[in-house]
Amino acid sequence: MSNSKPDQPLQGGKVVKRHRLSTRIWHWINAATLLVMLMSGLMIFNAHPRLYWGEYGANSDPAWLEIGSNAQGKGILRIGEITLETTGVLGVWTDRDGKLKRRAFPAWSTIPSKYSLADARLWHLAFAWVLAPGLLVYLLWSLINGHLRRDIHINRSEWRPAHLWHVVREHARLRFATGAEALKYNSLQKLAYAGVLFGLLPLAVLTGLAMSPGTDAWAPAVTQVFGGRQTARSLHFIIAIALVGFFLLHIAMVLLAGPINEIRAMITGNYRLPREKDDA
Amino acid sequence: MRDKSGLVTRRGLIRAGAIGAGGLILSGCDRLNGSTRFREMLQGAEGLHLRSQRLLGRDALAREFSESDMSPVFRANGNREVRDNTYRKLLGRNFDGWALKVDGLVNRPLSLPLAAIRAMPQRAQITRHDCVEGWSAIGKWQGPQLSHVLDLAGLSDKARYIVFHCADRFGSVPYYESIDLADAYHPQTILAWRMNGQDLPEAHGAPLRLRVERQLGYKHAKYVMQIEARDTLAGLYRGKGGYWEDRGDYAWYAGI
Repeated sequence: MSNSKPDQPLQGGKVVKRHRLSTRIWHWINAATLLVMLMSGLMIFNAHPRLYWGEYGANSDPAWLEIGSNAQGKGILRIGEITLETTGVLGVWTDRDGKLKRRAFPAWSTIPSKYSLADARLWHLAFAWVLAPGLLVYLLWSLINGHLRRDIHINRSEWRPAHLWHVVREHARLRFATGAEALKYNSLQKLAYAGVLFGLLPLAVLTGLAMSPGTDAWAPAVTQVFGGRQTARSLHFIIAIALVGFFLLHIAMVLLAGPINEIRAMITGNYRLPREKDDA
Repeated sequence: MRDKSGLVTRRGLIRAGAIGAGGLILSGCDRLNGSTRFREMLQGAEGLHLRSQRLLGRDALAREFSESDMSPVFRANGNREVRDNTYRKLLGRNFDGWALKVDGLVNRPLSLPLAAIRAMPQRAQITRHDCVEGWSAIGKWQGPQLSHVLDLAGLSDKARYIVFHCADRFGSVPYYESIDLADAYHPQTILAWRMNGQDLPEAHGAPLRLRVERQLGYKHAKYVMQIEARDTLAGLYRGKGGYWEDRGDYAWYAGI
């Protein structure tokens, strides 16, 4: 993250270089791609808004999650035995022209906004070719240039429960690192980034591939390891929701840490070290 | 900047920014979605899908399951009945007098009654049917391999595609689908006249439906009346090789 000269003291207020070019490029390409994947994915979900476990699953089979409308015309989200009324957001909502629509995810959340499974698949399956190779190249490059080892690797002392608890408490009090300390990711950040880079994103790609009947023929293990095509589809959805969760947390942290400085650092690489509390 | 009123303003700004950006993204995406050049770019991925899948698993077999894995109810989709009078009469007499036409770029055009198709060497397979919508059902299919029928007719060297003309219609347009020779000669590509141990029911495409196991459901043409060998898909309706491909912009290669 940092390549400032070691002989200069790193104090709050100083502008230093942060985030390698490769990180900055991948970050923005990946952010845009994930947004397209999410919104086109929600439209694909709309074509059959039910999720199952196992290899098969269709309308007469039990679904563990379902978005739709009930007999009273209310929008509902059902997860297992729990049914929530979601009129206005999920299942039943009004479009921009005030027309009542019965569809799982509303127009503002999907690509395209008008119902089209074919178009959503065009977007989703084309941008998958940006997401997966992009992730692979970025991970390989970060392995070669030392980004993973230096910045993401969680060392033994950081895994200590006492240390983790300390970082959690610091976060809860919104006390963030200042000065040179701010150049290093803390262990919670490392866990979050490693979880996305090595967990959620590869799993999103693999569960996606597991749903392809072509891939299932030459690489059946990809589908079988998840426990079947419909389980893979369910996991694909859960992973997408988890990525939305990461995004919200990520944005919240950027806003709390100073959005202009943080966003500038991810665009130009220039980062102003946060001042110590006493200087503020 | 950090006092209370400052925060409120900033929060308001952020919210306005988020809503504005959201609106821009949505209308921007819809505009891109309508742009011919952008759509062509997106459609380019289909070639990548076809080439990568063929490279990695041209001859791979779709997974086959056991009877205990089968769906209790196999959902029927698309057209579930055929209104055509001739078809209804044939259905009433168990397709006595019906024959499958095999023509186009073949050396010996055929007219195959159901009895002839049943008498051919048979393949039975329990496979998973994956609909483009996202659901799946596992069922058992039986019939002759398409390759056997094509060999009987003697495919011309010029033939590149096999087209299936169907009895069901959406409005006035009959359903049709097509596959290339790699899939046509795949061992699991069969003309199924039996499903789950019974004669194929009308909802699932009686008397005959295509099974092309490594592709999505809409490729599995039901109510197949005629098989036509062609050198190109140009000139077949709107030229994209299938009913949904021509109308809804579904991918012709549906292995993904």
